[in-house]
Amino acid sequence: MTLVRLLFYTMSFIAIGSALYAALSKNLVRSIFIFFVTLFALAGLYVIALADFVAVTQVVIYVGGILVLILFAFMLSGRETLNVIEQHKGKFINMAKVPAVILAALFLAVIVNIILKADADKLPWVKQAIAQKNEITPTSSTIDNIGVNLMTTYLLPFEAISVLLLMALVGAAHLSRKEGRA
Amino acid sequence: MITLTDFLLVGALLFCTGMYMIVSKRNSIQVLIGIELMLNAAILNLVAFGKYDKLNNGGQVFALFAIVLAAATTAVALAIVLNVYRRYKTIDPDEIKNLRD
Repeated sequence: MTLVRLLFYTMSFIAIGSALYAALSKNLVRSIFIFFVTLFALAGLYVIALADFVAVTQVVIYVGGILVLILFAFMLSGRETLNVIEQHKGKFINMAKVPAVILAALFLAVIVNIILKADADKLPWVKQAIAQKNEITPTSSTIDNIGVNLMTTYLLPFEAISVLLLMALVGAAHLSRKEGRA
Repeated sequence: MITLTDFLLVGALLFCTGMYMIVSKRNSIQVLIGIELMLNAAILNLVAFGKYDKLNNGGQVFALFAIVLAAATTAVALAIVLNVYRRYKTIDPDEIKNLRD
């Protein structure tokens, strides 16, 4: 068992465990804060997948931006959100959750079955990439290549996404405005 | 070395956790966290496959795009959550049954 494998198992265990805790916890605040841990563990998994730039972006945007936004929404929506906790006290198994559990478990079974059948490591294009040395190795630096590609090959999606981001900003500002004056 | 199948299995587990949250939670902020989990599982798959594309970096660039899209989605969704809270004084998706008029 190499060190990378050990790190991979640790990171994926932390990610899945904290995600499950966030899913099963009835407390909204705990659910939000444990989601921080999930995101950090996922950034670690991206590093293990040799995508360090994506990992840093994940930490900056998700942890620095999205979670702060979620915390703000939670604080602005007041105490009523916490009342959900008291409604289901005393019931060990909530019958309303059973269909959701069945749905998620069946979907998981289907996906795992497909993944094991597809056998991604033996796909033709993956084998070809390994044979042509088109594979990212732990020593290669990819960030300059990402920058060049972003401005050449992927310029059109980049522009489209920037316009979309501007539209989302304007839309969010419009939606959260006080009503009655317009 | 870690194989692609390992990453795909972790992604599948995260995706199903997110799906469970979306279907079962009675609080729209937790539903939003479930959506973020599903997006992150998809990004993990993109990044894992992006390892085999050194020249074009397709996987990593589209992972970046997906992160930006998630940020935009969250901003709009939280604005909607605040609006709904102002109108109904609750953010339970089951309680919101009326249209505007």
